[in-house]
Amino acid sequence: MIEISHLTKKFGDLTVLDDVSLKIEEGERVAVIGGSGSGKSTLLRCMTCMEDPTSGAIYFEGENLADWQVDINLARRKIGMVFQQFNLFSHKTVLQNITLAPVRLQLADLKAAKRKNFRNKLINPLRKNKKPMLPTGRTKKEIVAQAEETAFDLLRKIGLEDKADAYPSTLSGGQKQRIAIVRALAMHPKLMLFDEPTSALDPEMVGEVLELIRRLADSGMTMVIVTHEMRFAREVATRVLFVDKGKIAEDAPPEELFNHPQDPRLQEFLKKVL
Amino acid sequence: MKRFAAIFCVAVLLAAMLTGIVSAKGADSGLLLAGGNGKIDRFLRIFVDEGGYLQVLRGLKNTMLIAVFGLAIGIVLGTLVAAVRVMPKYKRLPRLLNRICSVYVGFFRGTPIVVQLLLGYYVLLPALGLNYPALYVCIAVFGLNSGAYVSEIMRGGIASVDIGQMEAGRALGLSYSAAMLHIVIPQAVKNILPTLGNEFISLIKETSVVSFVGTLDIYVAFNAIGTNSYEFMVPYLAMALIYIVLVAAVTALVRLMERRLARSDRNISSH
Ligand SMILES: Nc1ncnc2c1ncn2[C@@H]1O[C@H](COP(=O)(O)OP(=O)(O)O)[C@@H](O)[C@H]1O
Ligand SMILES: [Mg+2]
Repeated sequence: MIEISHLTKKFGDLTVLDDVSLKIEEGERVAVIGGSGSGKSTLLRCMTCMEDPTSGAIYFEGENLADWQVDINLARRKIGMVFQQFNLFSHKTVLQNITLAPVRLQLADLKAAKRKNFRNKLINPLRKNKKPMLPTGRTKKEIVAQAEETAFDLLRKIGLEDKADAYPSTLSGGQKQRIAIVRALAMHPKLMLFDEPTSALDPEMVGEVLELIRRLADSGMTMVIVTHEMRFAREVATRVLFVDKGKIAEDAPPEELFNHPQDPRLQEFLKKVL
Repeated sequence: MKRFAAIFCVAVLLAAMLTGIVSAKGADSGLLLAGGNGKIDRFLRIFVDEGGYLQVLRGLKNTMLIAVFGLAIGIVLGTLVAAVRVMPKYKRLPRLLNRICSVYVGFFRGTPIVVQLLLGYYVLLPALGLNYPALYVCIAVFGLNSGAYVSEIMRGGIASVDIGQMEAGRALGLSYSAAMLHIVIPQAVKNILPTLGNEFISLIKETSVVSFVGTLDIYVAFNAIGTNSYEFMVPYLAMALIYIVLVAAVTALVRLMERRLARSDRNISSH
């Protein structure tokens, strides 16, 4: 699904990720644990080049995302990302938050297809191998209607369809984060990345968000989740990574990692958090 | 509070006008609304009977055309310039664009608008062998000038939007420009709306220099009335009143827009 190869990330002189290699298969649920400042977020953000790697490669569907030539925006459509601070668009309603990207991107695609068709229409008579016309049948109305239908389906699944027209500032933290997850899901991603999705929440709201992620896990979604919820990692993850000083210090199934930690720093870390 | 201040200002000016009118009347005949040679009558004769108001309306139209189109051009230009200036600068093109933008902003913020008008109309236009009406040149110069100021305002507005908003947009696959256009800039505009309102107000007031290139505006119209009636007090007070009314109207409009845009901030659930 995604493969990181010899990834190094420096901020100035500070080496945050140090020659990290990692391969994640389809259907895996990887929990990333580690101390604060160890590079967990940076690792996650490098997977979609939200931070540009200093060196190394990230392969997703056979393409190296670290390569400048590759259109990172196309890859990001298929990789959902959920942030600690939710980052809902505060000037948009819940419904608009979910439909904004699908609608904008499909409209942009439509426009690009029309442009290409126009060019092909002009040049095709001169060509031996005529290029096919791209489909441009859908109207803006249809695109919007379909995006809204998808959004309402998702909102119904999390029981928040009555909040469709509410603005984010009127929602609780737990509701915001669930909307943020649903917003990512509306793009039909193949991989979901979560960066401490419950760390900014009041304790009583952690449950509802973890519950949604668990349901997502049960549906077979491939995911990487940075978390401090050790119990959740143990129950839901198929594999746990311990990140320390910019390296993956331990990489094992949860039972093994939590019950028989090998790395002394991991043993120390677990003693502190468990 | 601000509304009271605005009403207070208008009231003071009206009082000043009335005092002026009464004293003018008094000096002439001692009777309010009587006498044939009062300053008011002289003003009214030119203003109404000789069609001075038509000139004023024409001047007002030009003033508003220059201010409105100037601001519109300024907002588009300023937003583009601001977007260039906050762009990541790894590549050569953004760096070059940034250089051009900073020269542009430096020039238009560094020189008085009268100088820009004179340079545009009397130097640049003849040099290019072009011949446009002065009004168009005024609109262009005010647009360019306003663009420089709006770009600085907008840059501040963009910086005030949480970086997470851009990141969330990019993470969904939107391009930098799409995320800027649909996510960051709308929020930036909301933040800077009061400042943009002020920019519009100063634009309206600054249009009073367009007579330097021979454009008819409110000032030219009232000045002509004054010259014809050998009396400047009433026309100039009337001119001040028109400016105040314009500014008050713009202030009210901005207030209204702010309130509409603030909907997403209010902590009420939607039903
Ligand atoms: N944009 C940045 N600029 C400079 N330093 C950064 C930046 N982002 C992260 N860092 C540094 O990189 C280190 C790892 O950060 P991060 O990946 O956020 O850690 P974690 O998520 O494990 O707490 C920290 O020391 C942090 O200060
Ligand atoms: Mg972090």
